[in-house]
Amino acid sequence: MNLVTVSGPPSSGKTAVILKTIDSFQKRGLEVGVVKFDCLYTDDDILYEKAGVKVKKGLSGSLCPDHYFVSNIEEVTQWGIKEGLDILITESAGLCNRCSPYVKSVTAVCVIDNLSGINTPKKIGPMLKSADIVIITKGDIVSQAEREVFASRVNTVNPGASIMHVNGLTGQGAYELSTLLYDEKVEVKTLVGEKLRFSMPSALCSYCLGETRIGESYQMGNVRKIDMEDKKKKS
Amino acid sequence: MITTQDIQQKTIADLFEQYPFLPGFFEENTLEVDGQINEKLDDFLNILDDEEEKENRAMDKAQVMESMVEYISQMLAFLGEDEDEGVNSITLLPGTNKSGEKEQFEELTINKSEIVCIVGPTGSGKSRLLADIEWVAQNDTPTSRTILVNGEKGDKKWRVTSGHKLVAQLSQNMNFVMDLSVYEFIELHAQSRLVENVEGVINKIFEQANNLAGEKFSLDTPITSLSGGQSRALMIADTAILSKSPIILIDEIENAGIDRKKALELLVGEEKIVLMATHDPILALMGDRRIVIKNGGIHKVIDTSGDEQNLLSELERMDNVIQNMRTRLRHGEIIRQEDIGF
Repeated sequence: MNLVTVSGPPSSGKTAVILKTIDSFQKRGLEVGVVKFDCLYTDDDILYEKAGVKVKKGLSGSLCPDHYFVSNIEEVTQWGIKEGLDILITESAGLCNRCSPYVKSVTAVCVIDNLSGINTPKKIGPMLKSADIVIITKGDIVSQAEREVFASRVNTVNPGASIMHVNGLTGQGAYELSTLLYDEKVEVKTLVGEKLRFSMPSALCSYCLGETRIGESYQMGNVRKIDMEDKKKKS
Repeated sequence: MITTQDIQQKTIADLFEQYPFLPGFFEENTLEVDGQINEKLDDFLNILDDEEEKENRAMDKAQVMESMVEYISQMLAFLGEDEDEGVNSITLLPGTNKSGEKEQFEELTINKSEIVCIVGPTGSGKSRLLADIEWVAQNDTPTSRTILVNGEKGDKKWRVTSGHKLVAQLSQNMNFVMDLSVYEFIELHAQSRLVENVEGVINKIFEQANNLAGEKFSLDTPITSLSGGQSRALMIADTAILSKSPIILIDEIENAGIDRKKALELLVGEEKIVLMATHDPILALMGDRRIVIKNGGIHKVIDTSGDEQNLLSELERMDNVIQNMRTRLRHGEIIRQEDIGF
C-alpha cells in the first residue's frame, strides 16, 4: 500500500484536490481510501463516501489535531492495509501553521491557495517548508502575474518541492498529480519506528489543562509574555 | 553545482554580494540579518541549533542550509539560461479520443508568433488538450498524446518547477486580489522574475496596457479598482512582456473595454505561441488555424481560408458599429439610425 499525507490551511481546497485526484486513481483501477482528520466537525467523509472510497474520520476535539494525527497514524495505516487499499490518503488541516504531520518516509503534500496572500508562504512552518509536493489552488480566479509571484514565493521557502497548480473545481492538474503520488513499487507495512520530519512541541500551560480565568496567578507551566516595552533606539 | 561547503564559511555580506537574489531568501524565511551581516553564515545559523529557538521558529540549521543551497543552485541555473534555449515551436502527435479512435491529424506544429484557436462544445476535451500541452504529455496521459518542444521530446522540468511553466493562462474569471497600485504590482512581478531594468519594464507594460484599454488608467490606480477591460488589458500586457512562459492560453476575451486585435498583436509581437479557446467569430478568424475538438479528440484542423479572412474585415466593421454605440452611450449621446451604417 502507498501512503500519502495531505495537509494545508483550512479552506485551501484539500478535499477538492483529493477528490479529483481519486477520480484519476479509480480510472486506473486502484483501490483508494481516505482518513480525514479534523478538529471539531467535518462532513467531508460523506463526500468521500459518495466518491466510492473507503473512509474513516478522526476528530481531535480538545487535543491539538497534529498531535492527534501522530498518535493515530499507525492504526490508520493498519486499517488501510487490512482493507486491501492500493493507496491511502490522510487529510488533515494545519490549524496553527506551526506543526506538520509529515513523516520522513511518507509522501507529503501541502495544499495552499492563491487567495491566501503572498505573505502566506512565509507564515507557514514545516507544513509548507518540508513538503515534497506543493499544490497551489484557486489559480483560475487570480491573474497570471499573481500566480507567478505566489509560486515563486513558495519556491523560495521550499526550493526542493515540486510545485503544481491544480484546479479543485475542474480537476485541471489532478491527473498529473496522481502520477506523482502512486508508485507501485512502494509498499508501506508499518510506520512504527519512523520519524516525523519536524518536532511538535507541546507547551503545556494551565490553559492546556482547562483553566479559563485570566490573570498571572492562574498561569502555570510554560508561559510566555509579549515584550511590551518600546524598543530602545540604538545610539 | 554548489554545496554547503561553498557557502558556510563565507560572511553573509559576501554571499549577498555574490548572489544578489539571496536577501529575498532570508526575507521569505524570516531570517533577520540586522547587525550580523559580517558574520559567517555557519555562525549566523547556529542560532537555529538552540533548542528553544528551533522550536519557536520551527526551522533547523541543516534544513535551512540545504534549502539555501538548493535555492542558490536554482537561481544560478535560471539566470544562466540563454535566449536560444527558448521555445520556438510545439508539436502535437496524435493520441486517441474518448472512444479509443486515433485522432484525425498526423502531426501539428505550432510556431511562436502563431495564433491557434481551439473550438468545440463544453466537455469535448479542450481542457484536456491544454493540460496535455502544459504537462508536456509523453504518451502518459489519458489521451496518449505526445507533445514535442522544439521538435524534441519535452524536458520534464516543464512539469513541476515554478520558474519553468510552459503555459501562462488568461481567462475571463481572473481578478486581481492584491492591495497594490499598478506600479507596485508590476514592480513585484518584475522583481520575482529577477528583471534587471525594473523601471523600464514597468513603463513598457503600463504603456502597452493603456494602449489596449478603452479607458486609460494611471500608475497609482489600485489594481483592484480597475474596470474589467482595464484589468484584462493590464493582465495581457504583463503576461506578454513579463511572463517567462512561451505559450499563452486565452480563454475568451470579452468584447468590452479592450482592443482585442491589438492585444493579440502584442502577444504575437512578443513571440508567444498563442492558443485561444473561443467561439467568438472575430477572434476565431484572427487565428491562423483552428483545432476542432470532438469526443475528447482532435477531430480536424482547419486553416483560416482567404474567404474567411475577407469576412473578418466585414465582421470587424460590424463590431465597430457596436463599439461606437457603446462610446456614444457612455458620453450621454443619442443612438441614431445612421450610427448603424448598413
